[in-house]
Amino acid sequence: MIGRMKTGRNAFLPVLAAVAILSGAVLFGARQEPAAARGPAPSLVHAGSAPKAPDAAGFLQRWLILEPIRVAPQLTDTAVQAVVKKEYFPNQFTVMPHDGDRVSVGDESLTWHAVDTIAYNVNLFHFAYALNKPTSNVLFWAVTSVESPRDIPNVRLAIGSNAASIWWLNGQEVIGIYNDRQTVIDDGVSKRLTLKKGPNVIRAAIVNAGGATDFCARFLDGDDNPVKGIVVKLDANGRGAQAQENR
Amino acid sequence: MSKFRLSVAITAWLALLTGAFALDGAPGMHDPSTVIQADGKFYVYATGNGLPAFVSDDGWTWRRAGSVMQAVAGGRPGPDVIARGGNNSWAPDIIRSGDRYFLYYAAPGSQPKAAIGLLIGKTLDPTSPDYKWEDGGPIVWSDGVEDSNAIDPGVLRDPTNGSLWLTYGSYFGYIRLVELDPKTGKRLHPERKPVNIAINSEASVMIFHEGWYYLLVTHGSCCAGGNSSYNIRMGRSKKVTGPFLDNMGIDMIQGGGKLFAGSSGRHIGVGHFGLLDLGDGVQKFSCHYESDLDRGGVSVLDIRPLLWRDGWPVAGDNFVAGTYEIQSARTGTALEMAVQGVPVGGGRGRGGRGGPGAPGGRGEPGSAPPPPPATPIAAQDVAQVSANWPSGSVDVRMAPYMVQAQQKWTITPVSDAGGYPGSPFFKITIAGTERALAATPESELVVLPAFSGAPEQLWRIDQLTDGTYRLMPKGVPNSTEPLALSAVGSSSPTLAKFRADSDRQRWLIVTP
Repeated sequence: MIGRMKTGRNAFLPVLAAVAILSGAVLFGARQEPAAARGPAPSLVHAGSAPKAPDAAGFLQRWLILEPIRVAPQLTDTAVQAVVKKEYFPNQFTVMPHDGDRVSVGDESLTWHAVDTIAYNVNLFHFAYALNKPTSNVLFWAVTSVESPRDIPNVRLAIGSNAASIWWLNGQEVIGIYNDRQTVIDDGVSKRLTLKKGPNVIRAAIVNAGGATDFCARFLDGDDNPVKGIVVKLDANGRGAQAQENR
Repeated sequence: MSKFRLSVAITAWLALLTGAFALDGAPGMHDPSTVIQADGKFYVYATGNGLPAFVSDDGWTWRRAGSVMQAVAGGRPGPDVIARGGNNSWAPDIIRSGDRYFLYYAAPGSQPKAAIGLLIGKTLDPTSPDYKWEDGGPIVWSDGVEDSNAIDPGVLRDPTNGSLWLTYGSYFGYIRLVELDPKTGKRLHPERKPVNIAINSEASVMIFHEGWYYLLVTHGSCCAGGNSSYNIRMGRSKKVTGPFLDNMGIDMIQGGGKLFAGSSGRHIGVGHFGLLDLGDGVQKFSCHYESDLDRGGVSVLDIRPLLWRDGWPVAGDNFVAGTYEIQSARTGTALEMAVQGVPVGGGRGRGGRGGPGAPGGRGEPGSAPPPPPATPIAAQDVAQVSANWPSGSVDVRMAPYMVQAQQKWTITPVSDAGGYPGSPFFKITIAGTERALAATPESELVVLPAFSGAPEQLWRIDQLTDGTYRLMPKGVPNSTEPLALSAVGSSSPTLAKFRADSDRQRWLIVTP
């Protein structure tokens, strides 16, 4: 329920959300106490509780996203690496947050939100704007957990982002794309990886300088087709199952 | 105009054909047959005493493999062939039919009295105990008076129904067509009159492509070195029996013919087209040049890419060394070494619409435009920008092409490393450096600090029929199957099995 500064765990109104979803409305902003005159995020809803399969094209549509961190608007390889690798909050490369968890970054208290996107991509502009948060010169952290029924070798994580982004799978940095860019499906693609049986944690850091910002992600098999049979699984509190991460 | 070939003269110039060639080894020959693949090798046969045979392990380096007639009883054309034509052996063509090979050759006497003879063999390998050629007799002939000179056979298997067709003829009279029996190699209907399909040409052969039959012939004069005007012409028909019209609608039987290949560069007089279909959308053609100026003007075999454009075959050129952008046909992004790029000329604002702005910015509307640059901006100095590059191995990625040093690749042939039909292997290095593109044991890509000549650093570059290129390492550690440079995403190259139905493995190699 973006737009509401929470004091603890997420306090979405599940009934209201369900009604809105069932009615076809795009609800991610039914506010109790709006901090500003901002409408709901038109492409995001609060994450459901049941495991969520990727869409038909394989895109992962459920994520935990941290409210944006203000950063310098530099998008070169070295600048993005430096911005992303700086430690902003404890365990930022390993934490599997809950929906509504808060972290302190400098003088700000930022909240994790569990969201489902109704599109192939996750619109971070919608996310931040609805929260009355900055959309330019910002760093977004996004995390999700993909449950695989078995070891699946020779898959690739394939992402697009606006703008630069760095991605990890189970703690291993697997993608870095830089400079000002738009989200293009399969823009950045990892080398061949193995999805392990059980939970696999995907972590992304997206840096935006200005304007629109979003990302998309899916797994491709050896023939560049979407990987089937996996689901995004967050627990009842919006926490992804903790996978073994190397960092 | 009639060919005038003296076997003595041919033998003399064949003996001179030594030294360095575009095709490596010993590709000196005249009137080559279709290049045929058998048991992992390439074979071609040519005009000369006993029909010289040539073999290559890779299509690049060629060597003599004796003469066909050495494996024929009596060592010369059969008596009926000699009776219908003469005791010469010129301009063969070859095709596999069932478990046998049919080799057709011209046996002219005093032209235009000539015959097309047939030889039948089970193997092309001269070292095989089964290697021998049996006389199949004369197939067609010309009596010296009729409007035909029965030389220069060309064979087509019609892929639509498996039928077999023979074209033949020269400048005396018509190019003619007869149907063959795929089981025997002989005429299927000897009682029928041959069909006249073209005139003013020789070295005819047909190919089939997407519903059209193409008749390729050679126009002009041969056998005069640098004074030979040989050039390959073509027409097409929806029926195997014609009429074959050129691009202007002129029937080849009235002298029509769209140019396919003529003299160019250091090669004078192009003739004797032959299709070499390597599969997966890779087609090549063989031909000979009457005069290769880089080899003292002798006649040599060449193998070149065959392209298709607007329904017509186009003669491509083998890849030429140089410095290029390697651009993905799938994404339009360029292959680059994964280092931070430096803008050519430094970061600048947009200018024009506003002030100078901060470097890299767009400028602020309303401020004064910057003055135009007084001098051109020099090309990026790789020695300068590479100072910040890692010294070891570097990843490979794709990015919008911005004329930067890490995006320019120098592609250079590597000697004594073997090759493939038409070309040697190449090394691909960042221009101005020794940093070499290589395959990894994980079937991914890396730029190594230096070129070592290892198979994973040698690249095969085939131009595909649509004009794009396929790039394949000679070898990939831990992989036994051939893999091609592949754009798995806009920014991510890898190595993957080639798929002709996709743009993933198609690349444009363009001058930067």
